[in-house]
Amino acid sequence: MVQWTDFERATIQDIFSKMDYETVGPAALSRCLVVYPWTQRYFGNFGNLYNAAAIMGNPLVAKHGQTILYSLERGVKNMDNLKDTYAELSVLHSEKLRVDPDNFKLLTDCLTIVVASRMGKAFTGEVQAALQKFLAVVVSALGRQYH
Amino acid sequence: MGPARQAAMLSKKEKELIADIWESLTPVAEDIGADALLRMFASYPGTKTYFSHLDISPRSAHLLSHGKKIVLAIAEGAQDIGQLTVTLAPLQTLHAYQLRIDPTNFKLFSHCMLVALACHMGEDFTPVAHAAMDKYLSAFAAVLSEKYR
Repeated sequence: MVQWTDFERATIQDIFSKMDYETVGPAALSRCLVVYPWTQRYFGNFGNLYNAAAIMGNPLVAKHGQTILYSLERGVKNMDNLKDTYAELSVLHSEKLRVDPDNFKLLTDCLTIVVASRMGKAFTGEVQAALQKFLAVVVSALGRQYH
Repeated sequence: MGPARQAAMLSKKEKELIADIWESLTPVAEDIGADALLRMFASYPGTKTYFSHLDISPRSAHLLSHGKKIVLAIAEGAQDIGQLTVTLAPLQTLHAYQLRIDPTNFKLFSHCMLVALACHMGEDFTPVAHAAMDKYLSAFAAVLSEKYR
């Protein structure tokens, strides 16, 4: 099981408690679709993803970004049981959505950048490391049920 | 894909954007560089093994000077991205025969540089700027490791 230091727990709770889910989720997902355009392969029925402006303004992308972030919130509330928390979603992403798990890291990297740009100086190297560790464990849990 | 091809994947607009950003960062080169390095050491402790000969504590003279060196090299490359292989030739030799830093680490550093840019530029680090910068840093790293084998 993953061991969390007091600093890591406090940092994760702090980041997510102050986060504006309604904007950060959409910003992270749309950034991912812009920076790593091949990820658009999973969003064929989302309408216009033709250029950066279209992606950033796409309501389906925004809605899905929020969905993702609310799902991350579940992980924040269950840091000691991430494997079970994401077991069902792992099956969904593997069997139904057929998402290459390498893509999860691309999204979490974009989320890290979005959080960094909002927190500025407060996003220290130590805070970054804590967030990246949390997201890495979530990503690992999401990849767990692939076979 | 060869590094020259990677650099060619950047549009004219992207190259201008990248050149502008790095030009504006040159005055704070040591802060950005040191910030990126510290982030890398915090998230990826294995990278510290390349710096056992330096004092890499926050705000140390070594850290600031090394961060500055790296950022200035990246900024210089950004002024003429088409000529990266020429501009970086001496650094290619240095990294291949002396430093021999495992190239996986370039990816780790690039990521931390992107985070440092995000913290510094806030909203100005738009998705389009982020995409262009990520492509440029990938091309830069590829050129740097060209002489490895």
